Amino acid sequence: MIEIFRSPSYNFIGQRRWAYLFSLVTMVIGLVSLGVYGLKYDIDFTGGSIVQVRFERTPSIAEVRKALSKIGLGDAIIQEFGHSREYIIRLSLGMTGSGSSEELGPKIDKALAAEPSLGKAEIRRVEFVGPQVGRDLQWQAVQAVLYGLVGILIYIAWSFKSVRGGVAAVVAVFHDVIVCLGALSLTGREFSLPVLAALLTIIGYSVNDTIVAYDRLRENRGKVGTRGKTFAQQMNDAVNQTLSRTILTSLTTFLSTAILLFLGGKTLEDFAFVLFIGVITGTYSTIYVAGAIVVDWTSYVEGRVRRGKKAVAKA
Amino acid sequence: MPRNLGLRIGVVAVVLAISLWYLYPPKQRINLGLDLQGGIHLVLGVEADKHVSAQTERAAEDLKNGLERKGVGVKRVARDGLSSIVVDLANPSNWNDALTVAAEFSSFDVRDRDEKAGRFTLAMRDRAVAQLRDDAVRQGVETIRNRVDQFGVSEPTITRQGTDRILIQLPGVQDPERAKALIGKTALLEFRLLDEQTSVEQAQAGRLPEGSEILYQRRIDKETKAERKIPYVVQKRTLLTGSELTRAEVQADPNSPCNWQVAIEFTATGTRIFGEVTEQNTGKHLAIILDGTLYSAPRINERIPGGRAVITGQFAVEEARDLAIVLRAGALPAPVTILEERTVGPSLGADSIRQGMIAIVGSAAAVFVFMLIYYRLSGLIADVALVLNLVILLACMAAFGATLTLPGIAGIALTIGMAVDTNVLIFERIREERRLGKSVRSAIEAGFARALRTIIDTHLTVMVTAGILYNFGTGPVKGFAVSLFVGLAASLFTAYFFTRLLFDLVYRGRRKVEAISI
Repeated sequence: MIEIFRSPSYNFIGQRRWAYLFSLVTMVIGLVSLGVYGLKYDIDFTGGSIVQVRFERTPSIAEVRKALSKIGLGDAIIQEFGHSREYIIRLSLGMTGSGSSEELGPKIDKALAAEPSLGKAEIRRVEFVGPQVGRDLQWQAVQAVLYGLVGILIYIAWSFKSVRGGVAAVVAVFHDVIVCLGALSLTGREFSLPVLAALLTIIGYSVNDTIVAYDRLRENRGKVGTRGKTFAQQMNDAVNQTLSRTILTSLTTFLSTAILLFLGGKTLEDFAFVLFIGVITGTYSTIYVAGAIVVDWTSYVEGRVRRGKKAVAKA
Repeated sequence: MPRNLGLRIGVVAVVLAISLWYLYPPKQRINLGLDLQGGIHLVLGVEADKHVSAQTERAAEDLKNGLERKGVGVKRVARDGLSSIVVDLANPSNWNDALTVAAEFSSFDVRDRDEKAGRFTLAMRDRAVAQLRDDAVRQGVETIRNRVDQFGVSEPTITRQGTDRILIQLPGVQDPERAKALIGKTALLEFRLLDEQTSVEQAQAGRLPEGSEILYQRRIDKETKAERKIPYVVQKRTLLTGSELTRAEVQADPNSPCNWQVAIEFTATGTRIFGEVTEQNTGKHLAIILDGTLYSAPRINERIPGGRAVITGQFAVEEARDLAIVLRAGALPAPVTILEERTVGPSLGADSIRQGMIAIVGSAAAVFVFMLIYYRLSGLIADVALVLNLVILLACMAAFGATLTLPGIAGIALTIGMAVDTNVLIFERIREERRLGKSVRSAIEAGFARALRTIIDTHLTVMVTAGILYNFGTGPVKGFAVSLFVGLAASLFTAYFFTRLLFDLVYRGRRKVEAISI
């Protein structure tokens, strides 16, 4: 039998001060990056157009730009996409004039064909998102994340009869979201609709781990072994007892996302990247954020109750 | 002896049989999204207000005629704003007669009465306005569906989205520009008389009568390819519209080779009106106008009784064919604008499928091997359950007619990772129970029982987020949410119920099971 951990008893909760510091530092780095570099939004959210072109040979970006400038699109953002022969041309809403996609594909096709040094070009994808749709989607994205968090909070508060647990789980998830967004911002990747989907999946995934640990805590309560143990010790036991499952599952999910990231192709790359980061931070936050917060919150409340009782006794 | 073994085997067999039945043959059963097979995705915004104002305009025209029939003279009857009509009587003494006529317009309320001045306003009721807006979108969907059907696209999606948007998905369309032109054209065909009292020069100098406007005819010079715009002064009053058409067909233009024309035929009502119009206006010119562009203005030589006409205008054969389609399908009640467009070429779609398949096969293989090494026979059981999970997932998608998109493939890859989680939870629990010294059978029993609550909790939370994703997402994201949701639901069945069955089968009967391969 292969075992990663055999009855582990690491003192996770005891080291929570260091974990808070670490979490804080990563979140601050993420937030600073978000503040300084910001998030690059995809046309899904800003509106605009994307044209994906594949060339027969490998032209330089400057050559492509020269061809485009003849139809007044010289300011377009031109990026290599996966291949060296494949480019993405990004146009903001202002550049396409009337703000509509009318004829954009054929126009670019013609402009590229007019430049014989570029070789043959094939338009593989044209996307246009109008300003209205972009605005709507931005709002929907925020709503989706908020509803996701609220849904989880309600479910945990109901299923475990613990608002504290629900709040701690949501804080842990929030931490993961900030870390993922920070990583996106630091690596200059784009925030697109699929990335939003990945983020929501991470919310679900991260809370999954947390629930497994909570479940164990609930189950252990009232058992012989827990008598005389502090709440912090009980939480630590629960995390340890579920540790091998947490690590194993993280490992398999991590494998899946890593393969998506490296084999899934350019279109799925940013999506897979968020999942990749999210699985790591999701596993970490279960142990070090959600559990730790519940412990500190509980001891704070209990301390107050005790002090309150003492005060009553004195009087 | 485990309970109900036969029944449980039966359930699994039935599920498997139904799944395979839905899945066969897979190529035709699974809908591929536009990002995988190529095609056009469009979101159109309907300018529903234009329909409201056009209907108000028409009501104003009817009201004017009604008043005149009753012998009530009017100074002015005109649309004011979106949905109001201002009435200015020539003589305030006709007040009561005018109100009687106005009362017949049941979707309007009379407001701002000024009996002394003989002036009042008809305002359309809010419910009627809302109804018209709704009609504009609903009819728009119907009309576009008709056009697309005649254009010949297999399995198009044309649905209403929100209050005033139309979502159109056309898989496999090769010529996006042509399809866009066909869908987006308002196709309002009008027959009006030329204003022969006013010359073009007078009109352009600003002396344009109130009931007339300037419209242009486009002419493309065959040699230079330059486009010329020829102005005409046309009366605003519409005598007949394309709504009275029964047929529209492409014909060769007998007068100019390599040009095509569209022959149209009116309904009975249309034929009668057309006959009257041509009889009353013999010798004048009848302008044929499509979406504000004048196509031709032939002279009416005599009454035309048969209800047939021809639209000429230097059409290439494809243009003429598309024009015939939009005329047959009818006009859009209100103009539309493109709010969102995504066009994916077929070659890109094929690339995406290949990459997606590599990702799925890769992640499945990695997980399979991992489970096999780590849990040995139990790992094999989990792997079998995983295969069943994939089969059920794909079958559900086929059964619901759900669409497999590229993010959907990613969702499947992720489901694979998360489905084994359930088995990991159970197996770790069984190992724990064994460590406590329980027998194999009771360890299995306890492992499954204790893990159940956790499994349900974890599945429900992720399904909650998948549900939210489905509600807020569009297109590809929806596809991801669907495969994630269905995958998780299937995993409850396969990773719990089905694995349990396999365990019971493997560790059944033998009087004393000493070891478990986990």
